[in-house]
Amino acid sequence: MLGDEAIAQAAIDAGLSGVFAYPGTPSTEITEFIQDSKMAKELGIRSEWCANEKTAMEAALGMSYAGKRALFCCKHVGINVAADCFVNSAITGANGGLIYLAADDPSMHSSQNEQDSRFYADFAFIPCLEPSNQQEAYDMVHYGYELSEKFHLPVMMRVTTRMAHSRAGVARRAEVTKQNALKMPENKMQYILLPAVARRQYNELLAKQPELVKESENSGYNKYIDGPNKKLGIIACGISYNYLMENYRDSECPYPVVKVSQYPMPEAMINRLYEECEEVLVLEEGQPLYERLLRGMLNKGKAIKGRLDGTLPRVGELSPNLVGKALGLEVKEGLPVPSLVAPRPPKLCDGCPHVDSYTALNEAMKSFPGGRVFSDIGCYTLGALPPFQAIYSTVDMGASITMAKGASEADLLPSVAVIGDSTFTHSGMTGLLDCCVDNANVTVIILDNGITGMTGSQKSSATGRIESICTGLGVDPAHIRVINPLKKYFEENVAIMKEEIAYKGVSVIIPRRECIVALNKRLKAAKKAQ
Amino acid sequence: MKIDIILCGVGGMGALSSAAIISKAALDMGWYMKQAETHGMSQRGGDVQSHLRISDKPIASDLIPEGECDIILSVEPMEALRYLPFLSKDGWVITNENPFINIPNYPEKEAIIAEINKLPHSIVFDADTIAKEVHNPKGTNMVVLGAASKYLGIDIEKLEDAVRSNFGRKGEAIVNANIDALRAGRAVADKM
Repeated sequence: MLGDEAIAQAAIDAGLSGVFAYPGTPSTEITEFIQDSKMAKELGIRSEWCANEKTAMEAALGMSYAGKRALFCCKHVGINVAADCFVNSAITGANGGLIYLAADDPSMHSSQNEQDSRFYADFAFIPCLEPSNQQEAYDMVHYGYELSEKFHLPVMMRVTTRMAHSRAGVARRAEVTKQNALKMPENKMQYILLPAVARRQYNELLAKQPELVKESENSGYNKYIDGPNKKLGIIACGISYNYLMENYRDSECPYPVVKVSQYPMPEAMINRLYEECEEVLVLEEGQPLYERLLRGMLNKGKAIKGRLDGTLPRVGELSPNLVGKALGLEVKEGLPVPSLVAPRPPKLCDGCPHVDSYTALNEAMKSFPGGRVFSDIGCYTLGALPPFQAIYSTVDMGASITMAKGASEADLLPSVAVIGDSTFTHSGMTGLLDCCVDNANVTVIILDNGITGMTGSQKSSATGRIESICTGLGVDPAHIRVINPLKKYFEENVAIMKEEIAYKGVSVIIPRRECIVALNKRLKAAKKAQ
Repeated sequence: MKIDIILCGVGGMGALSSAAIISKAALDMGWYMKQAETHGMSQRGGDVQSHLRISDKPIASDLIPEGECDIILSVEPMEALRYLPFLSKDGWVITNENPFINIPNYPEKEAIIAEINKLPHSIVFDADTIAKEVHNPKGTNMVVLGAASKYLGIDIEKLEDAVRSNFGRKGEAIVNANIDALRAGRAVADKM
């Protein structure tokens, strides 16, 4: 099973009542697995995609309020979108078991940054589980729900790309836990974060911290593994433990190791390691969160080695060889990549509607030499690369519309936004509302391919609703133009784009044609059904 | 016994389904396996790769350490070269010889083949033609897998069972076409 699939199956087996998510690599397969699971269907587990991570997390919190077990999943940057709910739900606490799954992407294989979600768990004072292998991921979901219900807190589960997208054999539990019955919180004020209530509950949350540390000491997911050589002590978090052990495949690791898969840190284990060893090496997949905490600002204690002192690279994923080098071991090296090997960057598919939209837009923009196109997150971000080189920004979900607005208000004209249908309903709508309220001079191109494309053809919340949303937000219906992005309509499409870009006010163009990948999938499925 | 394999190619060429077959065969033998895949942006005509590790003992890392890969199994010749930093000194490169050209600066085919031939152990062959000969033009990946099977430490029968199990729901004809491709690939390696 993929790590993602192990997590999904575990949630089903652990009495899940609903999963709430917006697609994002490398977390998408969790929700897809539950959507495709016959068993989940029979159990009536709720699994449709949500409009964005904030709506998803809030719905998961609502399910937990009603006493049932809920799962929220997102990629790391999705936690930013849901951060308001994330931090406050630590203060309300949970009723039914609640797990927030964050899939981080160190090395940015498919992301805009490599933020480490463990910061969020630490920041909000909730427990965090970080499995080191697929079996542990499966078991930890069961444990996570028990932990959540025991402490009445949401629990974060943090995985990284290599955990989410790596397969291994997983043994399932024989028994499936029954879903919780409807059960209201005992304290009727618990979820009402008026300042007086919030202050009390925040103190209660802080008071739980020593108990959470104890839980980390005793749960079995953190281990002190002694070794004879006390010159070095190693703290190995999550999958970095595997990279450490890879270096001792045919021998025992000579140094004491604390294997960490549950936070807050098991303080007694860390203290023992620090006391008994001359130096400490911290292995973290992601950012050096605990390395920094152990060093402290003054760094006057024993040497703490890791990403901050150059023992390991400051950025990017770890690997067995990087860890081997940090240990001073001789590691093998392969041959260099021959210089003739050319990169093969991702590109828009043959037949993709975005190709025709960008071709027309580039032609239309020739008439507006000072203008700029602001884009967004999705397949169409590839419009940045040759042969299109059509866009000037891609920052965060929904930022195309609001950035175009701000730029137009700085007299950068024309300012055009390009956003996908799913990204539009994810977090572009409120930006368009701002544009309408201010009557900003922007043109918003909503590329409607009918699905969430980049993550693999998931259902889009926007389908069938875009024009009515735009009208409802206040866009003049005369300036909502639907076009068909096909080569044969090129001249007509360019003319419409020019007209709307020239219009002084809010205009929306909707190039509408089905994603070619989704179309092929659909035709294949239809053929099979015949 | 431990074998580390990198399977590579371009999105949609079936590199990942070869990985699934080797994994299934290894698990059926009671071995351990770990397989790291690349998903996401790389599927849009970009390069795809999978690290597959099989062993009769537990495996620690999901990623193969550099310089320790036993076999690079590729359906595209330039992609095989991309992962040389992982190949061990005694490792094999087994690849289809036909380029998949979707970039403007794709190098000369002859230069790529010459680079592969510099390696101590390699099999470069026209897997596409062999796939067509056994009437399975989409079976290039199975032909390459068949050629690699000689060095996998797994009996070809076990791989055939895995093909039956993985393609079973697609019907008998597809299963047989893939087994034919697998055997035809193996015959190439046996002749060398």
